[in-house]
Amino acid sequence: MTEEPLPAWSLSAGGVERIALPEAWPGEVTREWAWGGATGAGVRVCILDSGVETNHPLVGEVQQSVAISIEGDEVGVEEHDTAGDLCGHGTACAGIVRALAPESELASVRVLGAGFTGSGQVLLEGLRWAVEQGYDVINMSLSTTKQKFASLLHQLADSAYFRRTMLVASAHNMPVESYPWRFSSVISVGSHDQPDPFAYFYNPTPPVEFFARGVDVEVAWTGGGRLVCTGNSFATPHIAGIAALMLSKHRELTPFQLKSLLYLTASNVGGGA
Amino acid sequence: MSDDLRSAVAAGVLGAETNYRELLQSIVEVARAIFRAKASSIFLLDEESDELVFEAVAGEGSESLVGRRFPSSTGIAGFVLVSRQPLVIEDVLEDPRFSRETAESTGFVPKGLMAVPLLHEELALGVLEVLDRPSDARFTLEEMDLLGLFAGQAAIALDLLQRARRAQATLDDSGELAVLARVAQKLEQRRDEGGAALALLSALERVLE
Repeated sequence: MTEEPLPAWSLSAGGVERIALPEAWPGEVTREWAWGGATGAGVRVCILDSGVETNHPLVGEVQQSVAISIEGDEVGVEEHDTAGDLCGHGTACAGIVRALAPESELASVRVLGAGFTGSGQVLLEGLRWAVEQGYDVINMSLSTTKQKFASLLHQLADSAYFRRTMLVASAHNMPVESYPWRFSSVISVGSHDQPDPFAYFYNPTPPVEFFARGVDVEVAWTGGGRLVCTGNSFATPHIAGIAALMLSKHRELTPFQLKSLLYLTASNVGGGA
Repeated sequence: MSDDLRSAVAAGVLGAETNYRELLQSIVEVARAIFRAKASSIFLLDEESDELVFEAVAGEGSESLVGRRFPSSTGIAGFVLVSRQPLVIEDVLEDPRFSRETAESTGFVPKGLMAVPLLHEELALGVLEVLDRPSDARFTLEEMDLLGLFAGQAAIALDLLQRARRAQATLDDSGELAVLARVAQKLEQRRDEGGAALALLSALERVLE
């Protein structure tokens, strides 16, 4: 990283030295190089969902719990939300990230639970707030189909991408346009049915970019409980967790590099070996 | 309003609601049979009251459920509606989202369920649920795809049902147009002998011009 930002539109004399990468990638990128020995330590992962139950045995400590609401035109941000998880889904996602990246920092931004009306707007405002906080990874196991939010979500997704926040979003398995998973500045995730939590596949025919474990996943649920669930919602935090591992070992990775690293280490590319 | 009026007359809206309800019922019957499940239901989101309404039910509990309502944030159906994500849960009794009270009030408490949002264009219209597949059958991604196909069909049927209801409501507010719609419907019902009536109507139209 450079001390002073370079102009975005050109590389002036002497500029090549200034954009020297802090770490050379090996000729053959392996999973060992990508995250061997990593724990997720120092990486901040945000779960944008229904809330997270703190101190669940499969989740442990949640460093921050925030709730987003809309009253009329006013956006409310409760920075010390004590409602926990209103339905279990966010706790499930947090537990998966924790299992893969045990020392990552978890933050919960609650955008679900207040009924159906206005849910798209709450989702948008929750994402806006999360991007402003500069989390390293944001897990979004949900989406909106409202066209009127698409361009704002797109701007937010791009803004996250340029600020080094990796947005990991669940894809739809139905022929319906929904957002933000369809944007190329996020990582979109669908399910495969293998039991290995570290098995993930690159999809050469996007928009869905990666497939991760999403069938019969044992997850954390509210009340300290566990459930066996299926859905892309549960595939997404697998990729978020692996991304957290990669970032904890290679702090300098941009979202572009992170995506490239996921590609190079995917089970159907170089990571199966 | 004019779109609704046009579709009201063109579709011969009187009686259309019944037809679309039959279509919805057929979808849940087929879904139940294909998945070898104990029951299947379609819920419609009533946006005004923020409630989910049973519109069609096949199998257990089907007698008395149609028309029953519950808050849109209740249970797994409510969650699937908001998150827009399909979900499969193997043991629903362990799931606090599953409102046992609501389920018991319906007279049938399932063990496992599949739930999928019914999305039409950019709207979430409701939820399709399939309850209690055979317990020995492991859930597969092919079944998820199949569920998505049923959801597509059910969403179209729900959309038609809502259009028919809006058109009906528009007609109810408009005496003269209701007469026109009834005439259009009668013509539709007696298509074979409608030629003469249509000729008469065309002549009338020319006189009015």
